[in-house]
Amino acid sequence: MARIGVFVCHCGENIGRTVDCAKVAELCGQVPGVVHSVDYKYMCSDPGQQMVKAAIAEKGLTGVVVAACSPHMHEKTFRRATAGGGLNPFLCEMANVREHCSWIHEDRDAATVKAVDITKTIVEKVKRNVPLSTIRIPVTRRALVIGGGIAGIQAALDIADGGREVILVEKDPSIGGHMSQLSETFPTLDCSQCILTPRMVEVYQHPRIKLYSYSEVESVEGYIGNFKVKIRRKARSIDEDKCNGCGACTKTCPNKKIPSEFDCGLGKRTAIYVPFPQAVPNLPTIDRAKCLLFMNRAKGRPDTCKKCAEACSKEAIDFDQVDRFVTEDVGAIVVATGYQLYTIGKDQAKPNIKGYGEYGYGTIPDVIDGLQFERLASASGPTSGKIQRPSDGKEPKRIVFLQCIGSRDPQKGMDYCSKICCMYVAKHTMLYHHKVHDGQATVFYMDIRAAGKGYDEFSRRAIEEEGARYIRGRVSKMWRDGDVIKIQGFDTLAGEPIEMDADMVVLATAMRPQPGIDSLAQKLSVSYDQHGFINEAHPKLRPVETNTAGVYVAGACQAPRDIPDAVAMASATASKVLGLFANEMLEREPTVARVDESSCAGCFHCERVCAYGAVEHKEIKDRAGNVLRVIAYVNPGVCQGCGTCQATCPSKSVELAGFTDEQIWSEIQALGV
Amino acid sequence: MSIGYFPGCSLHGLSREYDESLKAIAPALGLELVEVNDWSCCGASSAHSSSHLLGVALPARNLAQAEDQGIAEVVAPCAACYARLAAARHEIAGDATLAGHINKVLARDFRNSVKVRSILEVMKGALPAIGSKVTHPLKDLKVACYYGCLLVRPVEVTGGYDDPEDPSSMEAVCKAAGATPVKWNRRLDCCGGGLSMSRTGSVVRLGAAILKDAKAAGADAIVVACPMCHSNLDFRQKAMAQRGAWDGEMPILFLTQVVGLAMGLDAKALGLGRHFVRTDSVTTRPAPVAAGEVG
Repeated sequence: MARIGVFVCHCGENIGRTVDCAKVAELCGQVPGVVHSVDYKYMCSDPGQQMVKAAIAEKGLTGVVVAACSPHMHEKTFRRATAGGGLNPFLCEMANVREHCSWIHEDRDAATVKAVDITKTIVEKVKRNVPLSTIRIPVTRRALVIGGGIAGIQAALDIADGGREVILVEKDPSIGGHMSQLSETFPTLDCSQCILTPRMVEVYQHPRIKLYSYSEVESVEGYIGNFKVKIRRKARSIDEDKCNGCGACTKTCPNKKIPSEFDCGLGKRTAIYVPFPQAVPNLPTIDRAKCLLFMNRAKGRPDTCKKCAEACSKEAIDFDQVDRFVTEDVGAIVVATGYQLYTIGKDQAKPNIKGYGEYGYGTIPDVIDGLQFERLASASGPTSGKIQRPSDGKEPKRIVFLQCIGSRDPQKGMDYCSKICCMYVAKHTMLYHHKVHDGQATVFYMDIRAAGKGYDEFSRRAIEEEGARYIRGRVSKMWRDGDVIKIQGFDTLAGEPIEMDADMVVLATAMRPQPGIDSLAQKLSVSYDQHGFINEAHPKLRPVETNTAGVYVAGACQAPRDIPDAVAMASATASKVLGLFANEMLEREPTVARVDESSCAGCFHCERVCAYGAVEHKEIKDRAGNVLRVIAYVNPGVCQGCGTCQATCPSKSVELAGFTDEQIWSEIQALGV
Repeated sequence: MSIGYFPGCSLHGLSREYDESLKAIAPALGLELVEVNDWSCCGASSAHSSSHLLGVALPARNLAQAEDQGIAEVVAPCAACYARLAAARHEIAGDATLAGHINKVLARDFRNSVKVRSILEVMKGALPAIGSKVTHPLKDLKVACYYGCLLVRPVEVTGGYDDPEDPSSMEAVCKAAGATPVKWNRRLDCCGGGLSMSRTGSVVRLGAAILKDAKAAGADAIVVACPMCHSNLDFRQKAMAQRGAWDGEMPILFLTQVVGLAMGLDAKALGLGRHFVRTDSVTTRPAPVAAGEVG
């Protein structure tokens, strides 16, 4: 026979104001099976918890009902107290008389009746509760980091330095990401490569980091602590073990006119190439779309040019290499795939609008974007750091920067602020001023958003000490007149139209997630917003977790981020991963679904409705090993306890522990309906 | 294809040649123009600048007329008419309160079912037909395609049939007619619109800038698809000359006239004699290419 204790909480005035708690306790005490029923001002306080513990011992309780706040708030507290009293914690349940009753009603009498009803339903449920024990699943203590930009590098190094193995996957031939393309960084103007390349080398040499460059995640299976990841190692046509990175092949390649991705099209590269001198790994890659041999093969013609293979003394060139696949077991995944810049006139968020055709990007050669300016200003760039405009190589004496190109423009499909542009434009004006002393930099802006340590000081410095002219307003159109770019805009502070000439224009274009982020997110079962940015589990309290346990997010694939933000997020993911890896076994709530193997007919409706992929196929065999039936099996490691399968099963063969049909029915019946 | 036709006041008056040339080429494009019964003012200019409700109710009345006639979509060649009709349709569709109000004003059950097409949208859709009907391609004719303000904007109202800041449909039609569109800078600038009478100075200044830029780009003629643009650029060239802002003679052609010429239609039938600036330089060009050579 059940011996239930009911503990009614006043929650100060929160419940007590609208609910007569003493009366609730009194009426609940009359329910059959309830042997103890009391009320108290703050049940979650230490004396309150002591009341629970004491009653368990004194009254020999078999179940505990706490009529108080939401289980989200204090279920853990009271289950701990119950366990402290010597009872299985899953024999304790919350009756929510605060959020579901006192907070939303005004009539005290009616609210009191409702509070009694709510508590009675939980009493009936708890009578049917059975002791449950926490599920323990093993954890593979290795992590996968996807993306080798600064966020991925930081996450990988922090996890590896914490003593755990890391698999780092980068889709490009080299790690380094966008940060390797930058000249100097705000707000300190320290050289980007000088602070990044040592970290890249550290990754390469770290004994606990395995780097797969020029590789992509093909598929992901499993669940927290137990992921199986298939990685496609794209054929770079180089035997990585033989190549010593001498560079003889790249020097001999006859196809030298390919726009370099690293230099944003401002420089050229060969078909067999190392993206930049400091690349990690320092291995060349053959771009098969541009290599003469592969272009001929695609047309069914015989191989002609093999100059790179002839130049290689190590016989490392392998024209017949194919994509290879490796499978890695990991326990946690960090997504750090970064961003791309909004590409004016090309790939658009809204495909029927080209976006800023009025600025002539792509038709006026001296209209460039922010990353292109970084390459012009970089000592390792195509002009060795001299500011020269692309059309004729002249030094621009009048340079104009336009902020918010794409960002904050709902019509272009991007209503968010890209966050970094105000700062990097201020930086660009300074870099320009340092290199072109007699030049004038002008900035068209909407607002200056310089929130961050040393940020506002930095942008003020650009204006007050480095001579940048800031005009608040938008440019309506630009066109080319001879070798001059004509600019027509509006100065919204002066309230008048403005026309000016420029030698070069830099567009601060919006940050967007990398292409293909949606398919990666689907492989990982993580959600993303309408722009493709990965969603965090909670915007404030769980900023680097995703809605899939064991998958974390860092850097600009979650939202526009600058370097300090991306690095901070990356370190946060590393601390989450190391926390997960602190134990060999992972504890999980036992409220998961179980299949009754004797009655399951194997229709797999449950598999179709499961949002988490927790339902597997299980073969029932006879002694000779012949398969008799195939039935459903719920993987307790993956199951999130939502109960959809239970509601769907036509033969009632699935039951969710702690929420069985019988328990739910008894709750309903307690309401007398 | 049968399509509703809303001429508006301009095409029956000042820009009769626009109406004539459209009707002349319509059969070749496979368009059967069904004029909206008892059409009235579209609500542009004085109406929509003095009362928002009037500016919506007037075009709504015309759309309701078309609806009653069983017309599914209507073409309004005048850019101002197009803008009013399309804007009214857009506003009513997104505002149930306004829709109810308009029904009361119109005293009928208007379902807002009629789609509104600009002449550019219709011509763009008829590109294959135009290509196959060209017998006298306008070889060597360099044209500056001028869109003005309302043909492709705002994109919410137009539905984005063309890019609002870098459009290409008029160039595509001119290319189909064998002409060569030039690259120039003032395709989307303001012609002065309805200020022709009240602020002639502004129209002269704005118009002259457009003409000069087209001339500098090497254009033989400017192509328009709006009666107001046509009037400001054609009729006002004399005023520009008097005020020393412009000293050339730039023929201003309607897009429909360009297509008509390429089909070998008579210049008179296309109303090319009705312009203030002579169009001889376009119509009496070197001998037309034989039909067999047309692809």
